[in-house]
Amino acid sequence: MDLHSKPFWKKTAFLGVFLALAMICSYIEMLIPFNFGIPGVKLGLTNIVVVLMLYTIGTREAIMVSVLRILLMGILFGNVMSIVYSLAGGILSFLVMAILKKTGQLGCISVSVAGGISHNIGQILAAAVVVNSFSILYYLPVLLIAGVVTGLLIGILAQELIVRLKPVLQKYK
Amino acid sequence: MRRQFGKKDVVFIGSLLLLCAIVLLLFRVAFRSEGTKIVITRDGELYGTYSLSEPRTISIRDKNGHVTNTLVIKDGKADMIHADCPDKICVHQKAVSAENETIVCLPNKIVVTVTNSNEEGMDGFAQ
Repeated sequence: MDLHSKPFWKKTAFLGVFLALAMICSYIEMLIPFNFGIPGVKLGLTNIVVVLMLYTIGTREAIMVSVLRILLMGILFGNVMSIVYSLAGGILSFLVMAILKKTGQLGCISVSVAGGISHNIGQILAAAVVVNSFSILYYLPVLLIAGVVTGLLIGILAQELIVRLKPVLQKYK
Repeated sequence: MRRQFGKKDVVFIGSLLLLCAIVLLLFRVAFRSEGTKIVITRDGELYGTYSLSEPRTISIRDKNGHVTNTLVIKDGKADMIHADCPDKICVHQKAVSAENETIVCLPNKIVVTVTNSNEEGMDGFAQ
């Protein structure tokens, strides 16, 4: 890696903008909790940024931003536990989305739905391990359905963004 | 990039929803816990608590002492067998025994809820 090359700094700044965007999405979700009446169910606005990056920039960049976003938001507003929960959900959902995308069979709405579901699965598994009780899995069915619904909404939004932003982002990649 | 939402996506999301439904049904069966007591409230006030393990017939009276509903506890289940209201929705309802199941008689403002005596519920994790 050539630290003095112009593209390196360009890319750093570019990814920094995405990280900021992801953090803002995260923050908005904290300010306006999209409460569906069930504990643990969130809209997952940040996933718009992750899906957008996955489709327009690249897998490595997307996971970097996703993990950094979780760490930074956890340090700023959460605690160690919230980082663990978020990482479990974030990484699992990212892996599932990246693999599904690589198969090339499905559109980004399906990828986002799979991401939404696996995010909730990852989080509830982490919670079950942390509280050392699997009775918490009682919530799993509700969270799965919530994952489909929120994943669908986020997927539709992300698809519209990808269609519009891809030509622009291509220049900076 | 073109918008992509084809037959495969419909099948994929559809099968995920189906999977959710199956899991939901399985969990309904697996996590169904039997209650040990019933709590009767009349107009929001506690009327009485009765154990589900002892068979008995409870006559629920209104404030004037008039019997409005009759509840029978038998085989660990509670069943409303009589109500003086015309609609009889609570009478037609099947007997309840699982935790958090309820029988409601709206005209007489009576709610029968199945509970569990040990307080260890799901609520501790719900925060």
